[in-house]
Amino acid sequence: MQVSNRLKNQHLLWRSAFGPMAENAAILESISQKNLWALLVKTSSKPVEKIEVTKNPVDEYGMTTATPGEMQKKLNDPEIRKKIREQSRDDIKNMNIRWLDTMVNSEAQLREKMSLFWHGHFACRIQNSYFSQELLHIIRTNALGSFADMLKAVSKSPAMLQFLNNQQNKKSHPNENFAREVMELFTMGRGNYTETDVKEAARAFTGWAFNPGGEFVFRKNQHDDGSKTFLGKTGNYDGDDILNMLLEHKQTANYISKKIYRYFVNENVNEENQQWLSTRFYANNYDIAKLLEDIYTSDWFYSEKNIGVKIKSPVELLAGIRRLLPMQLENDQAQLLFQRALGQILFYPPNVAGWPGGKNWIDSSSLMLRLRIPQILTINDAINIMPKADDDVQMGMMEMTVRKVKDTVRGGTATVDWPSVNTIFEKVQREQLLENITATVLQTRGKVSIEVLNKYVNTESRENYIKSALVNLMATPEYQLC
Amino acid sequence: MLIKRKEFIQIGSLATASLMLPKFLKAFEKPMMVPPGNKVVVVVQLSGGNDGLNTVIPVRNDIYYRERPVLGITKDKALLLTDETGLNPALQAFKGLYDDGNLAIMNSVGYPNPDRSHFRSMDIWHSASESNEYINTGWLGRYLDAQCKGCDKPTQAMELDDVLSLALKGEVNKGLAFTDPRKLFNTSNGKFLKDVNSDHKPGEETIDYLYKTMSATLSSAEYIFEQSKAHPSSQTYPNSELGKDLKTIASLIFSDINTKVYYVSLGSFDTHVGQENQQKRLFTELNEAVKAFTDDLKSNNRFEDVLMMTFSEFGRRVTQNASNGTDHGTANNMFFISGGLKEKGVLNAMPDLSDLNEGDLKHKVDFKDVYATVLNKWLAADDKLILGKTHSHLNFI
Repeated sequence: MQVSNRLKNQHLLWRSAFGPMAENAAILESISQKNLWALLVKTSSKPVEKIEVTKNPVDEYGMTTATPGEMQKKLNDPEIRKKIREQSRDDIKNMNIRWLDTMVNSEAQLREKMSLFWHGHFACRIQNSYFSQELLHIIRTNALGSFADMLKAVSKSPAMLQFLNNQQNKKSHPNENFAREVMELFTMGRGNYTETDVKEAARAFTGWAFNPGGEFVFRKNQHDDGSKTFLGKTGNYDGDDILNMLLEHKQTANYISKKIYRYFVNENVNEENQQWLSTRFYANNYDIAKLLEDIYTSDWFYSEKNIGVKIKSPVELLAGIRRLLPMQLENDQAQLLFQRALGQILFYPPNVAGWPGGKNWIDSSSLMLRLRIPQILTINDAINIMPKADDDVQMGMMEMTVRKVKDTVRGGTATVDWPSVNTIFEKVQREQLLENITATVLQTRGKVSIEVLNKYVNTESRENYIKSALVNLMATPEYQLC
Repeated sequence: MLIKRKEFIQIGSLATASLMLPKFLKAFEKPMMVPPGNKVVVVVQLSGGNDGLNTVIPVRNDIYYRERPVLGITKDKALLLTDETGLNPALQAFKGLYDDGNLAIMNSVGYPNPDRSHFRSMDIWHSASESNEYINTGWLGRYLDAQCKGCDKPTQAMELDDVLSLALKGEVNKGLAFTDPRKLFNTSNGKFLKDVNSDHKPGEETIDYLYKTMSATLSSAEYIFEQSKAHPSSQTYPNSELGKDLKTIASLIFSDINTKVYYVSLGSFDTHVGQENQQKRLFTELNEAVKAFTDDLKSNNRFEDVLMMTFSEFGRRVTQNASNGTDHGTANNMFFISGGLKEKGVLNAMPDLSDLNEGDLKHKVDFKDVYATVLNKWLAADDKLILGKTHSHLNFI
């Protein structure tokens, strides 16, 4: 079967971005993939606007003038800690919503999509909103730059050092957590190093710490400056040396390019294509933008077997719906509730390994909710879900629960801008309408049949016809794929 | 209906004998609707880290009272089980179950290198991993994978919640989560989805997987709804979430459904501040619901076939904090409730409060041994395959 130009462009937009947007859906018929790719690169080349929801709590509590000891003392005060904790939870909620909105509305689609990938790769879950905010900024600034730079910046971020217990990694009591995960999850992957390598790397990272103000510090007196043997070489290595040696190892390029292939191209890896990417990624000094260009300008990326076979993550699904159906959301809480119920809350990955993805997204309840979301958003169908309490992630969801019981909240209460959705199809004749809408919404080879759709469309007016067809098509198993 | 031999054996291992009986034979079995022997596990998750020391109280331990000047529950208030052990005063029904030989308590359950974060420790309990391992499937999900190849409906393990927990997610099979069978059955767009479903032609693997999940859910919803109406429980339950959930579970246990595992949660037990009232409120809900549930099982002659077990992601610190609460700890106790226990009462020594690890209890029993025991002895499953390792089996069942 011939893959149409529009399908290829939609494929590029779903994988490298968060799907087609209503206002530019029309140009997808004609533009070439090369030009569309150039456009994606261009719109992501502007400097990153920081998502800032919180100031450093140390500044907030007037501790900048205090000595580190005094600062720590204040931060140990239960009252201050409680306040910071509550504030942090609210901050992370705001940051979540702000970033999700950015994914929907920003023209830097390529950057935000890539940042979502790195957010799962460098998975980190901590209560400190300021540290989380700074880590997100590191990720968004480096998302299309050099993987080597990003790895180093992330490894020195208070967020990651805290999450992986490197504050406790001292010469007298080494803590291996950070060293182990850097190797297992961030660079080479399991099976490419020994337990001794982990122990030796942990020694090299001793003394990597941060101060209460959120700055990286190297605590020389806690650092083990003795000789270490790592990956077959011996020297008085420190943390930077270890990261450089990991980057020198071709397995790191292989591991990262394979993960990217599985995430952006196909879960079933084509060895030949992936090896080609890996070699070039290494030769290009871990230049992420070049790696992406290799993928998105390759013919094989657009082959039929790679299109419409990937399960959208909950965040991709929610952002994708909001891009095709521009809407005014009256209830941020619902966005969090969807993330919780579908299993992907930004800033709350399940563990340091990130979201496992693929079929892991799908079980009976998550699938049935996915199939109801278009109705909930557009027809104000009741949400009617009440995820169980999670002691880390309340974020006001319990209030939502209470209100739900009273049945006052009806749905996500969104107002869709239907007129601008209608413009996508304004030149399409009535007889071709269903087929055209299907081709706009679904990426899968097999599609829901026109006969079934016809039974459920609203024929009162052209606008209702389009609306009901879109909402029904988005409520199908096919729409879960891209 | 043609059943392939292999599938038949696999279904047979899970289904009750009665499921295979023609309907007309079942008519003679009343009032016992399902013959004894269909073993069921009900897991009760106490979310947030329940304080084990104020649940099963060491009433003669000076260290306990010294470290908990305000929170310590005195001997005269505790419901005494033995000379040195008492239950939280809100757990009267548990005392009754203890007196009747239907309650067992395992102290100091945990795992090596304990993690004190809620989500990580919960993850470890759900996936049955070591504390430095990350596994994307749960122990009950892998039980489904092992037992349920070719099952047409995912009703063998069910969670009473709107979101399915990791514990019930397997590699291939996943449990089913719902709160109300009626709601599950009446999906607003059910008709449309059924039409879409019957129109689907098998093609690419991933889309087929989604269709398989959808179609299994739609047919299970109908099945569960019908089963829940078949023999509704006539027992009075408290009007709490847990009460409603256990009533639904009881009604399903009395039906012909092939469910082996039910999963419910109660929380939050994260009692950093003002622990006494919060724990009392939750225990009262637990106590009343469990009372109604066990009475119900007894009067329907099913108590011997049902094992209820409680767990929490961790216990709490021995020393109370400055806000009349307790902070995150490590090892904890578990309750086992059934009419079919082999060992009853307090199964092992109370925690040794003089031998702590940085202020926290040391674990004496690995929770994975408990899982292995339940899988092997209660559910007749291959615990080694499911847990990936050989674990010791305990003797309480």
